[in-house]
Amino acid sequence: MYLFRLALASLANRRFTALLTVFAIALSVCLLLAVERVRTEARASFASTISGTDLVVGARSGSINLLLYSVFRIGNATNNIRWDSFEHFANSKQVKWAIPMSLGDSHRGYRVMGTTGAYFEHYHYGRGQALQLAGGRAFETDPFEVVLGAEVADALKYKLGDKIVLAHGVASISLVKHDDKPFTVVGILQRTGTPVDRTLHISLGGMEALHIDWKNGVPARGAGRISADQARNMDLTPQAITAFMVGLNSKIATFSMQREINEYRGEPLLAILPGVALQELWSLMGTAEQALFVVSLFVVITGLIGMLTAILTSLNERRREMAILRSVGARPWHIASLLVLEAFALACSGVVLGTVLLYVGIASAQAYVQANYGIFLPLALPSPYEWTLLGGILGAALLMGAIPAWRAYRQSLADGLSIRV
Amino acid sequence: MTAPLLTLSDLGFAWPGHAELLDIPAFHLAQGETLFLKGPSGSGKTTLLGLLGGVQKPSRGSIALLGQELTTLSAGARDHFRVDHTGYIFQQFNLLPFLSVRENVELPCHFSKLRTRRAKQRHGSVQQAASALLAHLGLKDDLLERRADALSIGQQQRVAAARALIGQPELVIADEPTSALDADAREAFLQLLFAECRAAGSSLLFVSHDQSLAPLFDRHLSLAELNRAATPAAEV
Repeated sequence: MYLFRLALASLANRRFTALLTVFAIALSVCLLLAVERVRTEARASFASTISGTDLVVGARSGSINLLLYSVFRIGNATNNIRWDSFEHFANSKQVKWAIPMSLGDSHRGYRVMGTTGAYFEHYHYGRGQALQLAGGRAFETDPFEVVLGAEVADALKYKLGDKIVLAHGVASISLVKHDDKPFTVVGILQRTGTPVDRTLHISLGGMEALHIDWKNGVPARGAGRISADQARNMDLTPQAITAFMVGLNSKIATFSMQREINEYRGEPLLAILPGVALQELWSLMGTAEQALFVVSLFVVITGLIGMLTAILTSLNERRREMAILRSVGARPWHIASLLVLEAFALACSGVVLGTVLLYVGIASAQAYVQANYGIFLPLALPSPYEWTLLGGILGAALLMGAIPAWRAYRQSLADGLSIRV
Repeated sequence: MTAPLLTLSDLGFAWPGHAELLDIPAFHLAQGETLFLKGPSGSGKTTLLGLLGGVQKPSRGSIALLGQELTTLSAGARDHFRVDHTGYIFQQFNLLPFLSVRENVELPCHFSKLRTRRAKQRHGSVQQAASALLAHLGLKDDLLERRADALSIGQQQRVAAARALIGQPELVIADEPTSALDADAREAFLQLLFAECRAAGSSLLFVSHDQSLAPLFDRHLSLAELNRAATPAAEV
């Protein structure tokens, strides 16, 4: 105990170097913990992009491709599926609900999705949260109504009642606009931190009405054109959709339903379990995440080496201190413990300060990160894994402290009581 | 004559692979005696002090302190024995600058139970022992909690003396403690040191090259004469 007091007093005497060392360790610890926490939360948030959906069904392609375009609104479907296929499965006894999705149009870079009211009722994300409206209502019978994701409304500064024109295709600058059929903003969703925020939702009827007068991928001209009002009075049941999501009455039926869909004779379909496909997708991105973690580990090692350098540099100028201690009875192992304790004190303060920095950082950036990246960083106590990391850092510091301790031990044996200036 | 406190006989020391540095056929220091040992640099002074402190072991011969043969003790036991029975005062920069004056004086008691016990027996507590010693050496109480490096060199040397004397070690070894002091301060310091050594019953082994101080001591010797291995050529 007295040795620890001596070590602290000696450190206080070199407080500038000591503080710098502590600060370097603290920053590296903070970085490591932050990377670890963001990594964990990003994974969790990624996994919770969609929840409660048992199967996602699309035209036969790859499972990740299907996941990407149906859930993340990235890329395009290879093919559509027929409306009667959707109806076939939607009316199956095992199916509790089905959400049709029709993709392919966009608005200023944001994807437009045609769906039904079932979407607002049954689509869940996170830990089973349903979509909530921040204002307005869901689209109803009029086909030209649109419900905006939170980010779309924020970024483009749309409010309820605004009229917007959708564009054909998904390029951010589209040459073909559906400017004859403007949509009215009737609802804006609350932020979810999922791709829903970046989506414009219209009814399937609206999607159909947009393209009702199209022939061979181009709009009709002259007399062939159908106005918005004319379209309202026509049958707007779609011929095809892009994908659909299914919730089953019983989870047990998931695999048999999946097989049934995959073996459907009407057309080639693919049903995926979103959780499994998310795992596959995450494992693709896992390498980058691992790399980030490894880099931050190296930063911690750099911080500790900085400490080692600071202590080793101080050894020579502290020969006098050691000799005085020897003359008042300190044994060489006392001297060695003094240096180990010093390393421990530095690392310990660094770890504590780093953790404090992390919490201050999380507390101040929490709202911003949630709003912009959809990742909720909880102000939770360190997880067992994080405790292990912190313990590992302290252990590494003690090991490193053994190096100057050994040198000082040898030095104090050689110097004895004689003081070298 | 009382039994000798410290006896060296047929002592020889050489660093491995070097010629013998010390060769002292016989030397003794009586209990309570003050001895001036003239030791210019190169006379083997540092090595002798290392041997007396038990930091090094002689190549041959014996060192007996209080009848205990140092050469038969382990390194750890020698360290222990040293702090129990020997106090040191060095040339200068004797103190740990980051500790207070009082903490510096109390240092040996943290490493020696024996000296703690003696300090308590005589003064009640280690803290009281420290302030009593410092008061005798002319340092006022208000300096006690100051950082050691806030003191003048003369004051620092008196703090070092107090530290060497706390817990009444039988032997006080002073290695040029006055070389950083001016002439007047030197004698005053010595008188205080003598008085305190007497009060504590400690012997004083005072090593210096400053011959002018020699008459103040009970006895004076020259290390160059004592040490047969010393050659004038070795004096730098």
